[in-house]
Amino acid sequence: MTVHFKQDEPVNSNRLDGMKQGVLGKPLPRIEGLAKVTGTASYAAEFPVENCAEGVLVTATITRGEVTSIDRESVLSMPGVIAVIDDEKLCTRAAQGTANEAPMQGPSQVCYWGQPIALVVAETFEQARDAAKHLAVEYRKEEGAPLDPSEVEPEEQEDETVHQGDLAHAMADAAHSVDVTYTTKGHASAAMEPHAAIAQWDGDKLTVHASLQMLNYNITELADALDMKEENIRLISRFVGGGFGSKLGISEEVVAAALAAKEVGRPVRVVQSRQQVFQTVMRRSETTQRLRLAADSDGKLIGFGHEALVSNLPGETFAEPVLQSSHFMYGGENRELMLNVARIHRMTAGSVRAPGEAVGMPALEGAMDVLAAKAGIDPVELRLRNIPEKDPEDGLPFSSHKLAECLKQGAEAFGWDKDQRKPRQRREGEWWIGTGMASAARVHNISEAKARVTLKTDGTALVETDMTDIGTGTYTILAQIAGEMLGLDPKRVLVELGDTRHPRGPGSGGSWGAASIGSAVYVACKAIREELATRIGTSEDKLELSEGKTATGESLTDLLEGKDLAREGHYEPGDIEDDYTASGFGAFFAEVRVNHYTGETRVERMLGAFGFGRVLNAKTARSQCIGGITWSIGVALTEALEFDPRDGHLVNCDLAEYHVPVHRDVPDLDVVLVEERDGAASPIQAKGIGELGMCGGAAAIANAIYNACGARLYDYPMTPDRVLAVMPD
Amino acid sequence: MRPFQYTRAPSLAEASNMTAGKDTLAIAGGTNLLDLMKLQVETPDQLADINRLGFAEIEDTDNGGLRLGALATNTETAVHPRVRSDYPVLSRAILAGATQQLRNKATNGGNLCQRTRCFYFTNIDQPCNKREPGSGCGAIDGIAKLHAILGTSDQCIATYPGDMAVALSALGATVHISGDKGERSVPVRDFHCLPGDTPWIENVLEPGEIITGIVLPAPVGGTQIYRKVRERSSYAFALVSVAAIIELTDGKFSRADLAFGGLAHKPWHDPRVGECLLGQPPSDALFDKAADILLENARGFGENDFKIPLTRRTLHAVLSQATEDAA
Ligand SMILES: Cc1cc2nc3c(=O)[nH]c(=O)nc-3n(C[C@H](O)[C@H](O)[C@H](O)COP(=O)(O)OP(=O)(O)OC[C@H]3O[C@@H](n4cnc5c(N)ncnc54)[C@H](O)[C@@H]3O)c2cc1C
Ligand code: SF4
Repeated sequence: MTVHFKQDEPVNSNRLDGMKQGVLGKPLPRIEGLAKVTGTASYAAEFPVENCAEGVLVTATITRGEVTSIDRESVLSMPGVIAVIDDEKLCTRAAQGTANEAPMQGPSQVCYWGQPIALVVAETFEQARDAAKHLAVEYRKEEGAPLDPSEVEPEEQEDETVHQGDLAHAMADAAHSVDVTYTTKGHASAAMEPHAAIAQWDGDKLTVHASLQMLNYNITELADALDMKEENIRLISRFVGGGFGSKLGISEEVVAAALAAKEVGRPVRVVQSRQQVFQTVMRRSETTQRLRLAADSDGKLIGFGHEALVSNLPGETFAEPVLQSSHFMYGGENRELMLNVARIHRMTAGSVRAPGEAVGMPALEGAMDVLAAKAGIDPVELRLRNIPEKDPEDGLPFSSHKLAECLKQGAEAFGWDKDQRKPRQRREGEWWIGTGMASAARVHNISEAKARVTLKTDGTALVETDMTDIGTGTYTILAQIAGEMLGLDPKRVLVELGDTRHPRGPGSGGSWGAASIGSAVYVACKAIREELATRIGTSEDKLELSEGKTATGESLTDLLEGKDLAREGHYEPGDIEDDYTASGFGAFFAEVRVNHYTGETRVERMLGAFGFGRVLNAKTARSQCIGGITWSIGVALTEALEFDPRDGHLVNCDLAEYHVPVHRDVPDLDVVLVEERDGAASPIQAKGIGELGMCGGAAAIANAIYNACGARLYDYPMTPDRVLAVMPD
Repeated sequence: MRPFQYTRAPSLAEASNMTAGKDTLAIAGGTNLLDLMKLQVETPDQLADINRLGFAEIEDTDNGGLRLGALATNTETAVHPRVRSDYPVLSRAILAGATQQLRNKATNGGNLCQRTRCFYFTNIDQPCNKREPGSGCGAIDGIAKLHAILGTSDQCIATYPGDMAVALSALGATVHISGDKGERSVPVRDFHCLPGDTPWIENVLEPGEIITGIVLPAPVGGTQIYRKVRERSSYAFALVSVAAIIELTDGKFSRADLAFGGLAHKPWHDPRVGECLLGQPPSDALFDKAADILLENARGFGENDFKIPLTRRTLHAVLSQATEDAA
């Protein structure tokens, strides 16, 4: 039985706070943690499948053109080689998040260097890899493919454009104005688990073990790519070794494995090499962003401009949504916002953790610091003065807004030194020391979701959905929600995820997972409670359940009368999305040291205060924040994709040369959870937290660099060479 | 990865024999070689495992120096009590490289022979004169941030990426080599080559020659510094590094042994740099003079132009620190 709940109104009853089990929000360790650290959790490539052949992708060595011939004979005689697949159904790119249709296919048309063009299948991985390198391919090359975003006429993303009032005028009239251009380099998701799939056919039924974030979309994408019916496909993705956006849509190996398994008549595994993952899946676009801020003498914004240039391949709909939070972050009645996308032939640009704000907020919050310094206003105070009452563009109320609390509580906890705003005040030996801060914002996303909850006669509960846990804690929080609602210790709740046989969840992406699937579980549990309440002649809102018993001592098992009780919860966001602007907010504070001689920057300590609705598990929420802040350090200081200027290929395609922060770069990080209940965001009053922790943090570091040594940088990441270039003597 | 034969070399002589042909490579820790084999940058038909041939000891020499076995691991070397007390610059240089896990596996001999991290060298679908003579150099006009500013040629601008050898160069260590023609020793400063017209030749080892050890001269004391400037605080190769052994007597430099990493196809040792300091009291002007000499012929390739001022500043930092510590 399915219970449908479409949310058109805020849910302000705080029901979950009144439940008796008292497990929601508790810092429980992750249910699957032990299995993961002891190696018993099987990832996609690890499923024991008998008689499995191994496939390795062959990738293009030209930037644009056509594959004119593939000489299969050049490898078919090599030891162990079984087949060469160059089916036109092979995918040449990964699907964008929520695409819900096949990504680009047709491997004979080459659009970027490194694009998959074929698959070699062999008995062993090593044989396949060697043969893939030896496959003789001929091309017809098309010269002159544009590679540099600044060299092409960009396309305006019109739905992002805002012209409100007269910004030029406001800039001219302003007591204080800032007109600066920031740049950010491309980023990679760099998830630990490489993209991998094992495909197996049984007649016309296909089973694929893959590493994917959103099975509910992925199954449609795969069916479309293979021209099959969804009911003939089963996708399994129980554990995902990190996704960060790179596994939102199906990627090339999934379709390749399925096609190959069909052709060779046995299971086929395809694992992308680290270099291939870097070069063929998704990059975050580089950006160029112009910020214009016009303020009156009190520092109140009267004008706000944010224009950005990003890039992508021809044929892609995704454009890094740099302006997402800029639309509502600060006031200013005169507004100019514009997003342009340049079509260039680098690999696909798509979602990497916090698409948009991850790079938009660091630019905006850097510019705010420039304004604070110009106006002589403390940067925390400047932000407090500019928090809008309502959305400055569409006039909608905010569903909830904790920026002021985050700024104040964060400043307090960090020990923000208001009086230390002049640069170059502290030096220890070779090192300049300084502090900086920035606001955080990440739009709240929510999605339709279904989950089945079964209360079992043995006194346990089962939660089933095709939702994934990409390492964030989904298994655990769903056990907590169901445990809270049904009065069960979460240990008695079995959560089964990552299998398309289960009801369709929302997928993990855009930080919407917990609030969306959590709401579906909530809806299902509520329906079970209603049934139980009827059985004991009371109403659901009066039903008190804990430790498997009602308040009057009846056990749930007795109430079930020997039959499992199952309900499918179907949660759907309703019109409420048009009634409110909903976002998570926060504030970052950082202390850094900058070496006077070498320009090296080290983060000494960092704190983030975040308001994102209900905290479902204080430990997993905190971990998400810490992970986000760590990414902020990468954006600020170390991470940059480098592309060859002549053929556009990604050169630093491994973890030695693409510099994610290492332990030593990450000091003690402090997190302040500013709890709130946001009933307009979701029925469980939660918002997303997976991305907020990196939306602006890089600016706190950049601003601290300025405060430390007086070097004002406008280009992320702020590597030693860039710091030295503007370091005052 | 191409299929290959694996053979455990039964003796040093046999190892020499096997590696005399160009299709066999010695493997020690494998931390560099195996990565390159997976990328098919190295495609030996056979690997000669030299790990069981002995020469893994670290022993005192008769004249008070220290002999580091070629098969001693980087970790064993860095934590050795005599290395720590008598040759701290070496310990620091090793610990500034790679990660604990890699250092546990990496050997001293392998470390000396590690190959460049040039992006075009490690990608077999790109041109590279070092990997494929005559195919061109991808890095010149490409992404060359890590590349050399000294001793480059129009064939190759790669750097030698290691840290340990930079300290060994400052210390004036000697590499001991065994081959079919017998044993010989070569100063570390002469072990690596400049690219010239033969960028595929990286060091003086002849086919069949195996490094058996590295000998450190008797300790000289002084203030020993290894400074590595990099883009993250660990697990990154040097943009620039400086190994320095400095002594002041009566307020004047009486010893200044300096070597530099990240600048060239070899650890860079220019004796004139240290010599110009000798007998002089430390001053910013003097440090600048040393940097002028060092960087006299430096040439950037766009992306790596910053290395010129960065080297100057890092040298300043190291000499300031050393003279403060020594004072
Ligand atoms: C991710 C990563 C980061 C790293 N970072 C750093 C760094 O920051 N600084 C740094 O200095 N190094 C760094 N390294 C390199 C590391 O130090 C070397 O890989 C290691 O020292 C090589 O030693 P090995 O014993 O594993 O050599 P192997 O891989 O076994 O061999 C390397 C080469 O040396 C040859 N060889 C080995 N032993 C002998 C011998 N006795 N005689 C003759 N030839 C021999 C082999 O034939 C082969 O060509 C890094 C490596 C990796 C993978
Ligand atoms: S710099 Fe040297 S190693 Fe790099 S591409 Fe050029 S020739 Fe090859």
